[in-house]
Amino acid sequence: MQKYLLQRLATLVPTLFFVSILIFGLQQLLPGDPAIALAGEERDPAAVAYLRAKFHLDEPLPLRYWYWLSGVLHGDLGDSVRIQKPVTELILEKLPVTIQLAAMAMLIALAIGITAGVVSAVKKDTAWDYAANAFALWGLSTPNFWLGILLILFFAVHLGWLPASGYVSPFEDLKANLAAMIMPAFVLGNAIAAVLMRHTRSAMLQVLSSDYVRTARAKGLNERVVVLKHALRNALIPIITLGALEFGTLLSGAVLTEQVFSIPGFGKLIVDAVFNRDYSVVQGVVLFTATVYITLNLLADMAYFLVNPRMRG
Amino acid sequence: MRSLSLFGLLCFSCAVQSQTLRIGLAEDPDVLDPTMARTFVGRIVFSALCDKLFDLDEKLNVVPQLATAYEWSGENRTLTLKLRPGVTFHDGEKLDAAAVKFSLERHKNMPGSNRRGDLAPVASVDVVDAHTVRLNLSAPFAPLLAVLTDRAGMIVSPKAAQAAGDRFGARPVCAGPFRFVERVAQDRIVLERFPEYWNRGAIHFDRIVYLPIVDSTVRLANLRSGQLDFIERLAGSDVAGLKGDRRFKIDRIVEIGYQGITINIGNGERAQSTALGRDARVREAFELSLDRDALVKVAMDGEAVTGNQWVSPANRYYARNVPIPKRDVAKAKALLAAAGAANPSFTLMTPTTSDAQRIAQVVQAMAKEAGFDIKIQSTEFSTSLNMADKGEFEAYALAWSGRADPDGNLHIFNACKAPLNVSGYCKKEVDELIGKARTTLDPAQRAKFYEQIAAELAKDRPIVYLFHRNWLWAHAAKLSGLRTVPDGLVRVQGLRMN
Amino acid sequence: MRRLLRRGGAMFGLAVVAFFVLIALLAPWIAPHNPLATNWGAVRQAPGAAYLFGADELGRDVLSRIIWGARASILAGVVSVSISLSLGVPIGMLAGYLGRWVDALISRITDAMLACPFLILAIALAAFLGPSLANAMIAIGISATPVFIRLTRAQVLAAKSEDYVEAARALGNPHLRIALRHIFPNIVAPLIVQATLAIAAAVIAEASLSFLGLGQQPPAPSWGSMLNTARNYVDQAPWMAVWPGLSIFLLVLSFNLLGDGLRDALDPRQK
Repeated sequence: MQKYLLQRLATLVPTLFFVSILIFGLQQLLPGDPAIALAGEERDPAAVAYLRAKFHLDEPLPLRYWYWLSGVLHGDLGDSVRIQKPVTELILEKLPVTIQLAAMAMLIALAIGITAGVVSAVKKDTAWDYAANAFALWGLSTPNFWLGILLILFFAVHLGWLPASGYVSPFEDLKANLAAMIMPAFVLGNAIAAVLMRHTRSAMLQVLSSDYVRTARAKGLNERVVVLKHALRNALIPIITLGALEFGTLLSGAVLTEQVFSIPGFGKLIVDAVFNRDYSVVQGVVLFTATVYITLNLLADMAYFLVNPRMRG
Repeated sequence: MRSLSLFGLLCFSCAVQSQTLRIGLAEDPDVLDPTMARTFVGRIVFSALCDKLFDLDEKLNVVPQLATAYEWSGENRTLTLKLRPGVTFHDGEKLDAAAVKFSLERHKNMPGSNRRGDLAPVASVDVVDAHTVRLNLSAPFAPLLAVLTDRAGMIVSPKAAQAAGDRFGARPVCAGPFRFVERVAQDRIVLERFPEYWNRGAIHFDRIVYLPIVDSTVRLANLRSGQLDFIERLAGSDVAGLKGDRRFKIDRIVEIGYQGITINIGNGERAQSTALGRDARVREAFELSLDRDALVKVAMDGEAVTGNQWVSPANRYYARNVPIPKRDVAKAKALLAAAGAANPSFTLMTPTTSDAQRIAQVVQAMAKEAGFDIKIQSTEFSTSLNMADKGEFEAYALAWSGRADPDGNLHIFNACKAPLNVSGYCKKEVDELIGKARTTLDPAQRAKFYEQIAAELAKDRPIVYLFHRNWLWAHAAKLSGLRTVPDGLVRVQGLRMN
Repeated sequence: MRRLLRRGGAMFGLAVVAFFVLIALLAPWIAPHNPLATNWGAVRQAPGAAYLFGADELGRDVLSRIIWGARASILAGVVSVSISLSLGVPIGMLAGYLGRWVDALISRITDAMLACPFLILAIALAAFLGPSLANAMIAIGISATPVFIRLTRAQVLAAKSEDYVEAARALGNPHLRIALRHIFPNIVAPLIVQATLAIAAAVIAEASLSFLGLGQQPPAPSWGSMLNTARNYVDQAPWMAVWPGLSIFLLVLSFNLLGDGLRDALDPRQK
């Protein structure tokens, strides 16, 4: 047990090392001269030369990687060139927003996804099954930005119930905060619900046809008890792992939803930084979200390990 | 009695609400340091934050702001400015001649400055007395006053700037009507009224919140649902839908910039790879294949005026000797035949904005009727700048936000080896004329030079100018006092909620 | 196959997918208009006799663009997932089957890739390869690969400890044979479920990339790019969005129903 945990912990370091190389490498793949991109539409030649020198753009790649890495190891993620703010400050500023949005989205996704998954597995090949499938897949096949705009037009402009977009801190005004977050959380949660639903359904079908459930049924147990207590509990194990992964993805992957609802989270920050070639921001924020993601992953693995007795041994 | 007090209560609450002005921006501004800044959208925030030596009025006249008077002397190589007395910065420091000298030198010398080109002809700045500065130029420079109406004319607090170093933009200290409170990247920029502002009588809000909302549909939704009082860059396709709504008002003015297609005629090898780059007749045929009126109607929902020069036909420097050519497909085909290229093909590098994509597709369809085979290559903006600089393009659909002085739309794009001359155009006669036009102060004489330049450029066509967009603003009908200046900035002086 | 045909849902899925594939193949003959032909007089014209599904922002026939767009969107979904599968499954099997340092190395790199946001990976790759539909498919395919590596590896690990695999190994079967004959059939079901989901994600990822100028190049249509353009006209021309939206939904739904059927038909445990 302890050995397993230690082994898993030990994998953190090489994974993070690969992440750092990957992030750094990806940036180099982007076409265009970052100094020109940063200097913008007017790109005064002197300004371009200055940026070039400031970011060591003429120096060899390994050296530049080393400059960055040694900064990171000293806790310095650099400054955003575009708005002259330290990257650590940007991360701290956006962390609570991102976590709240991800958590709300996840709650919605779990509620919709597991319910629909269980229903469609239990009522397999009936109208219920198709309806649950169609509902979940609607979430999957509707681009987030599109659903977001429809919701805004309906709930904010037409009905006037919710603010169209923007973010309010929960410490300032909790009600306004929830009103602003509910639509983006639903849009994100809706998409993930589809994934959770599909996997719940699949896992439930497998468990329902297993000897173990057959035995429970043979014992004459109430079908509801069989489904909820015996089948679902077992089917939940992979769902938890998946949920943790999806939660990690939400931290940096909610780009278009954040853009439509003007939620200042990590996803939009990273993509804008990519397009502006604001290197320190891309590298710093992706490294941070990747670290969180990997840690969540690790925790999910451990949970899996604890719940699933077959894996011990 | 009861209803009266209720009425009073209501009125009180609306007065409290109206003290904040919420403005929706189309992008998130970049750094708020006038020396380093480089985006159009940032200039909108600056116009509430940092006063400039001069300002522009609706007719593009240069009017006093921090400088109250100016005088040219020494064969137009010296500009003496009288400064407004009693002006203080947001940190309480005095705005005097030394501060002006400091700011101008900062613009010129700070590493990474984007103002260097604007102020290139300014050789030195002298403090004459506490409220007089003298700018010594290496050569007469007609656009200088116009340049000083923009970021190069913004004066920052020397004390704050020295203390903050290269992080001044995170907490800018200027002398505008509002001072900086906080900024959450991609979320909001909050400014509050500066009580000691020299022109405080013109300020009717306590706070301004700028909210970047990239999606135009969502920006409009925020206005319609009451979360915003004002939005910039309304989409042309949304005008018709909003017109019927009496709660809102739309304002517009033709921009000082232009939308055009820059053709690579001398920048690297690609210039020679297409008939379009090699042969001026092919470029003429290309221009003749375009129906600008239809283009504006379809691609811009009519929210633009057609044009064929670097300034719009409404501008005092528009050269009337070179009118907008009418579409003539037959003549275009004849020109192509004469050039020995009946079906010339080229790639049109197009930014990924929906406007640019629409324009490119309409141009593609129109030119096709004359025999052109255009391939659209959507290119993300940062990449496109680099490819343009390196000459790795054949034609480039480019929008320029524009400068108040015509030289700002012409010199950097058309003079030999100028920084943004990506078409690689270089002609001695044109260069000399551009030089004369920027060193001559007399408007009538300058206009004559621009007529000659327009005639030359119409022969060579390094850039095919298409049209000039309308700046479209939508706001609550209760908001009054908006001045529609063609530079597209939102001046907060005089704005009030009725 | 027979079991597949017996299921209503799977049949529906198969029928719709076949229908769209047919439309894509026959596009030149069945589209009522040229999908690129502009008509300045019909800009954003509502559906009617001239344009059954309405006209778009440049006066082009939406129906014809849907028909031609089927090509790009089906390709974007199927090709990119095929790339993910053909890269991910062998690598995942290698990791799961061989274990030891091979597994460790592959797993760490996979973890690293999974930790980077999908869209960022795709944007960087697509921008590097140059903007085109083909490159977008490659970029999406590569970015989605780690999910398949991980899933395959996990399934292989589970299957490896099953009795029949142990038995096959005890009998001295060669590794490749064990992997292909005994392990692979047991990991197909979850892979299919994942693949059908990934097709949906890929169709939408193509939409996002074309929004950023990295997918299908204008004026050629794809459902994703049509939907992207349409969002500027939600109020004025809803038909521009309804049809591509409906098409994406139907295609994604059908792929998933089909995947379900395949899963049940192929799963040896459900015999």
